[in-house]
Amino acid sequence: MSERTITLDVTRYRPHQEAVPTVQSYAIPFPDDWVVLDALNHIKDQVDGSLSYRWSCRMGVCGSCGMMVNGEPKLSCAVFLRDYFPRAIRVEPLSNFPVIRDLVIDMSGFLDKLKSVKPWIIREQEKPLSEGEYLQSPRELDAYQHFSQCINCMLCYAACPVFGLDSGFVGPAAIALGYRYNLDSRDHGTAERREVLGDHEGIWQCTFVGECSVVCPKHVDPAAAIQRVKVDTAKDWILSLVMPWGQR
Amino acid sequence: MMATRPDPAGLYHPAMPATWWLRKRSYFLFMLRELSSVFIAGFLVVLLLQIAQISSGEDARAAFSAMLRSPGWILFHGVALAFAVYHSVTWFYTTSIVMPLRVRGRELPRWLFTALNIGAWAGVSLVILILYLALPASA
Amino acid sequence: MSHEISEHDVIVIGAGGAGLRAAIAAAELSPKLSIAVVSKVYPMRSHTVSAEGGAAAVTREYDNLDAHARDTIFGADFLADQDAVEAFVAEAPHELIQLEHWGCPWSRDADGRISVRSFGGMSVKRTLFAADKTGFHMLHALFQTSLKYDHIVRYDECFVTSLLVEDGRARGITNVNLYTGEVMVLAANAIVLCTGGGGRVFPFTTNAAIKTGDGMALAYRAGVPLKDMEFVQYHPTGLPGTGILITEASRSEGGWLKNKDGHRYLQDYGLGPPTDTPTQRKMELGPRDILSRCHMQEYQKGHTFEGPHGHYVHLDLRHLGQELIDRKLPFVRELVRNYVGIDPVYEPIPVRPVVHYMMGGVHTDMDGKTPLEGLYAAGETACVSINGANRLGSNSLTECLVFGARAGRNAAEYASGMGTPTSNPLAALARDEQHRLDSQFFKKEGGSERIAAIRTEMQHAMEEGAGIYRDASSMGATCEKLRELRERFSRIRLEDSSEVFNTERISALELDFMLDVADTIANGALLRKESRGSHTRTDFPSRDDENFLKHTLAYRTDEGPRLDYAPVKITRWQPEERKY
Repeated sequence: MSERTITLDVTRYRPHQEAVPTVQSYAIPFPDDWVVLDALNHIKDQVDGSLSYRWSCRMGVCGSCGMMVNGEPKLSCAVFLRDYFPRAIRVEPLSNFPVIRDLVIDMSGFLDKLKSVKPWIIREQEKPLSEGEYLQSPRELDAYQHFSQCINCMLCYAACPVFGLDSGFVGPAAIALGYRYNLDSRDHGTAERREVLGDHEGIWQCTFVGECSVVCPKHVDPAAAIQRVKVDTAKDWILSLVMPWGQR
Repeated sequence: MMATRPDPAGLYHPAMPATWWLRKRSYFLFMLRELSSVFIAGFLVVLLLQIAQISSGEDARAAFSAMLRSPGWILFHGVALAFAVYHSVTWFYTTSIVMPLRVRGRELPRWLFTALNIGAWAGVSLVILILYLALPASA
Repeated sequence: MSHEISEHDVIVIGAGGAGLRAAIAAAELSPKLSIAVVSKVYPMRSHTVSAEGGAAAVTREYDNLDAHARDTIFGADFLADQDAVEAFVAEAPHELIQLEHWGCPWSRDADGRISVRSFGGMSVKRTLFAADKTGFHMLHALFQTSLKYDHIVRYDECFVTSLLVEDGRARGITNVNLYTGEVMVLAANAIVLCTGGGGRVFPFTTNAAIKTGDGMALAYRAGVPLKDMEFVQYHPTGLPGTGILITEASRSEGGWLKNKDGHRYLQDYGLGPPTDTPTQRKMELGPRDILSRCHMQEYQKGHTFEGPHGHYVHLDLRHLGQELIDRKLPFVRELVRNYVGIDPVYEPIPVRPVVHYMMGGVHTDMDGKTPLEGLYAAGETACVSINGANRLGSNSLTECLVFGARAGRNAAEYASGMGTPTSNPLAALARDEQHRLDSQFFKKEGGSERIAAIRTEMQHAMEEGAGIYRDASSMGATCEKLRELRERFSRIRLEDSSEVFNTERISALELDFMLDVADTIANGALLRKESRGSHTRTDFPSRDDENFLKHTLAYRTDEGPRLDYAPVKITRWQPEERKY
């Protein structure tokens, strides 16, 4: 297989030795089928053992290896070096997040937000397991299925300028996951989730730049989720004005 | 509950530069859409003033109309129209995302829904234009 | 240096399918219990996420528990413990319905019931699925549900380095917090190991980078035997080069395996006759061990393709059509398009056997209990054993749930009967562990061996000696090589001495664990002088029930594993010839 050499300009940040990130360049010989992650692994294994980044499944489903590749948020296991060659590739930590080290970002805030949208089935009344599954038609499944494809890779947050300006914004992935449960025919938790989704740090922060949906590697379309929650919330608000006695 | 979190003291917080919206075409187009509101608001202010002039007599109205014929104001209205069209088109596209249309259980492609919206919009505009032209000028 | 000790009732190590199920089971037992979940990655990164095809359980009128049990035992080449299998199949439907109640987006039939599909070695359609992302959906449903419980306390991105054993009981753990580099000490009355398998001891595997056998090595070092480690499953259909898994579901939906002449070669190995639509347990729906061997024989006959990443055959899905592929196998299409650059709707997929699953693991009983008091294990880390010498596809996700729940519940019950965990004896143990870590890793000076070099040599030695076909001389060489690598490992060089998110340290600790795990596989294989399930010896080509219808138990000694054996539990299914 043909081997060529490509330059990777990788952001380094080692909190014990530098106050601001720097860039380190590596020349990497690569076969045609290498992705950016392969190049990083090559650096780690053969050149510089101190480079830190997260990765695991190398097949685009665990969501660990999100990075900025030439300024775009990407799963580094899913972008090929050959598509950038012969130009150098800039590899940076995901935008809009605090950086722990090198390419490793702090995503603990997301885990708090995820919990806040109550991403679990909320029932008025549980059915005993002995009575079997809740029936759900393929059409009912279809209503929420693509919002359930989120791998929590954080690319959408890296693409969202609103989150960049206000880190308190609940953000695309968490709202989409909350909405996924609202849409699930087995769930009765929409009203409970409204407290967080309809909060000023929730849907109304979103100005609909739309980039979250563009960069999403799983086509979850969080932008659509957020706008639809806006419509639903507004509809319910109007209904509550018109019919204050109506309980929802 | 999370028991472990990064040490906040060691974190590097990248700052978002004021020019962030120049970095990407999509961000720039987004800012244009936001900016369109300024021109649309400007157009509406002019419209309100025009209506106010009507009650101030024929002379005032004619003078105001004459002023609007100046190249500057024509340029302003041209730009405002462009922004209004841009805003409307993106709005219709947004509608296709926010309220997807389902035909036989499948979501209508967004471009098609958008095109239908724009078609309907153009149709309504045409009807208004025809009505306007058909109305006797003296009315 | 003294360590601050955090006390919990139960510690679950690993936050994949089994770990989260165990944690929830423990949490549901009592809101008064404090459950720690310690994982080296965020829970949603766990390798359960990569499971694709489905999870087996009897949910249909035409099916019955005995049939599921028999298929499993037969698939296991009679090395499974039949009482455990009976418990497993009985609880499986309940667990999968539970997951449905927790929001898992199972694929559905028109009437709203959860769909089922065929799977290799299963006699009827009984595998529930969520398209071809079953593991992903299971993991996220479990993780998101676990967020409900405030008494589940997560230690994310913490790497466990040792189990603290005092007075014959597991009482706590030490772990490295990646954010600070600190060694933390957690005390508890019960500990559940759910760290998954260790496919990364091999060079070519479907397993994620994190699958380094940590839990197996932790138990092994604490004196707990590892059971049946020589049984390593090759999945017949991985992508050459990357080893990315192409799910068995692509065959249960009707995909064909073809050699370079376009011939469905499985019919030449007693798996026929070929039919256009899949027939249970025949052809492409044969069990994985047999299909992988067929591939190797095709290769030896020169019937396979040769590519830059070695020999391969074709998995042909073209006749299934785009609609079916998009509905039932969307992830397969996505993976093949991304990583091979072809579209399986129009072109056959190149595939070859790849290391996928370890049937062996930490020796436990049906309740998930290990011989060490207070220590439990579940999922791929554990060996109950329901998988025996060869696991059937779609039994492992279910196993994570059934035995995860059992282990979690039993651990919690045990812990609540023990009163407050005492941290007194742990301080000294923790100091010893800190000393070990400092001298061997964190403050180690000098050294010349690269981590990656030792790892790569280990992986190739394992493929050479413990691959699909094995014999005494190649296994002996592998055992010898592993001893050499263990010695060289003491001279590794660490370039990074910093504290914050030092992943080089973690790689070294993982390699340390992997060398132990590899040792038990190779030595177990060398002494099992028969062929059974996934363990195929060219020098002992047939099954030997007289001498080897028994479990291997590997105990750690300073000179390498000491092997012992334990009987297999037979209830109602007497061993017979395994023929499909």
